[in-house]
Amino acid sequence: MAGQNVRMNELAITVIGRDRPGIVADVAEVLARLGANLTDSTMTRLRGHFAMTLICVGPAAADVEAALAPLAADGHLLATVRAVTPDGGSSPTGEPYVLAVHGADRMGIVAAMTRVLADAGGNVTDLSTRLTGSLYVAVAEVELPSGSSDEVAGRLTRAAAELGVGVSLRPADTDVL
Amino acid sequence: MTSQGYAGLGGWTPEKLGVPGEVRPVVTAPEPVLSRPGPEVDPTSAEVVRLAADLVATMRVSPGCVGLAAPQVGVGAQVFAVDVTGHPKAVTVHGTFVLCNARVVEATRWKAGREGCMSVPDLTGDVKRASRLVVEGMLPGSGEAVRLVTDGFEARALQHEIDHCAGLLFLDRVAGAHAVYQRQVYL
Repeated sequence: MAGQNVRMNELAITVIGRDRPGIVADVAEVLARLGANLTDSTMTRLRGHFAMTLICVGPAAADVEAALAPLAADGHLLATVRAVTPDGGSSPTGEPYVLAVHGADRMGIVAAMTRVLADAGGNVTDLSTRLTGSLYVAVAEVELPSGSSDEVAGRLTRAAAELGVGVSLRPADTDVL
Repeated sequence: MTSQGYAGLGGWTPEKLGVPGEVRPVVTAPEPVLSRPGPEVDPTSAEVVRLAADLVATMRVSPGCVGLAAPQVGVGAQVFAVDVTGHPKAVTVHGTFVLCNARVVEATRWKAGREGCMSVPDLTGDVKRASRLVVEGMLPGSGEAVRLVTDGFEARALQHEIDHCAGLLFLDRVAGAHAVYQRQVYL
């Protein structure tokens, strides 16, 4: 029964803002104090901005929101808390591929390339993009429906040619053991 | 340090090109020439001999550079220079050489490693490459066909340069969404 209660209070939390040492510790301390169990999380710096997204289970959303409020009081951090419906984790739905795109920065590169994936029933499971100088790089991990990769690769190549960027689609490494 | 018992370069050195190389400017992504497959070349042509000498000269003045391909000096062509001499990670070392129209004929024992590139100066990435490699190509000048058997670091450098000649950057082969990094150390 306890497990059911835990699953009922699944929270999605984002913390974004000016980076400084100690933000992760501050957030984790707040959650620990409230008895929230930090499950999946990711944190990085995006062009120098602190960016953390996490899922935790336990307390009510309002309690966490109130407890995180002091962190955001100086106006440099934004914290959001939202109750989400647990979905139990999704199993892979297709074959894993890595999509890499690079070229001169311009509007709509990610939009065009991910639309090709979406139209083919592909599901992006991880994505990172980076702008360095005038070079734009996007790398996406994507699950594609079985047997669709050749056609998707062809469509990606045509979309990339229109944008004047390079693209590659390769099978992702699979688990060895 | 040299290729023990391997079919090699027959004592080839850049001096055999007979022309002094000039340092050419290195282009960086997103320069389109880096993303276009280069055509095969006539290794005996004066133009290719000059290009080969220039690649060696440019590689030698570039700190930390262990290989340089024609597209990196703005020329779409299947020509590249490699020299991993003295590199701490290198095992088999063939010295300084230039290959034209090179292709991989055997690639085994794939291993991940972090790569950078003079043409992508601000990023590095994790790329799987064969650590046992057989490459066939032609020497500039004589046009002699050669077969190189190598491993480890030199094998990685060769695959990186052959990719350049095919219009591919290491970015095209990174292992995943979190396998691209901001460069920490500039050589």
